[in-house]
Amino acid sequence: MYCATLAAQSIQPGLLANLARTLTLSTPNPHRLPSKVAREDEHLLVAAAKSGDISAFEELVNRYERKIFRLTMNITRNREDAEDAMQDAFMKAYSHLDKFHEDSRFYTWLVRIAANEALMRLRKRRPNQISLDEPIEGEDDFIPQQIQDWGPSPEQRYAQTEMRDILRSVIDELPPDFRVVFVLRDVEGLSTEETADAMGISEAAVKSRLLRARLKLRQKLDRHLRQDGKH
Amino acid sequence: MNCDGVIRRVSSYIDGELEATVVEEIELHLKQCQDCTILVQQTRLTVHLYYDSDLVDFPVEVQARLHKTLRRKIDESRK
Repeated sequence: MYCATLAAQSIQPGLLANLARTLTLSTPNPHRLPSKVAREDEHLLVAAAKSGDISAFEELVNRYERKIFRLTMNITRNREDAEDAMQDAFMKAYSHLDKFHEDSRFYTWLVRIAANEALMRLRKRRPNQISLDEPIEGEDDFIPQQIQDWGPSPEQRYAQTEMRDILRSVIDELPPDFRVVFVLRDVEGLSTEETADAMGISEAAVKSRLLRARLKLRQKLDRHLRQDGKH
Repeated sequence: MNCDGVIRRVSSYIDGELEATVVEEIELHLKQCQDCTILVQQTRLTVHLYYDSDLVDFPVEVQARLHKTLRRKIDESRK
């Protein structure tokens, strides 16, 4: 049965190990390695699922459910909405598998569906906080006032759980417009074009919001990571 | 290029999206400006810290409900 197969395969893979991998690298270079979810057999699973093989679709669900929930939670910041968005995203993916063109990655396609589901729910809850179109050209409040050195490997001064709490609290402070762009581009690794497409905004708007999001996050992290903040 | 110019381009700079002449101008400025050098490093580190970071728990009950719902809907759609 579908449920039994999913349950049997759904081992929660190393949450902390993944975090450790992310946080203990001290080289400040966001070089993008291919995501670990881009496994070579993805296209075989998708082809099998398209031909009606339910167990192949189950494997795709098992592979991506954690990441899709992370995405919908990061966008909505509401567990109920995030769960609904994730469920609807997988079901839509299943229903529209025949429309998926295999010249792109299934995971990217799935992320776009899930981002749309999550954004729809976020807009319902906060109709005035999500802009749909042009770059936000507001005040230059993102211009740094004071720059202080964080010292060598500032992230290693913290325990992994402590660092995780810092990163989570800081990203929560971002306005939704900025947070969504940052999550799609910098957490999920979508391109500018894919992010613009998922959000229904221009690429210029994505770039503008990403700049502000990154600078705001840097500024907020500065409170925790500056050299005199903790030793 | 002044500090303001670097700040407005820092995101495109670390993504490698700028033309070579603009990159040259930025890097010339960075050689002379410690604040901007630190800003670029810290912005890079910020992106690095968040990339593929697992900041959200995936509760077992959420996972169980997903599997149950998908099984029910898929079974219904195949009838």
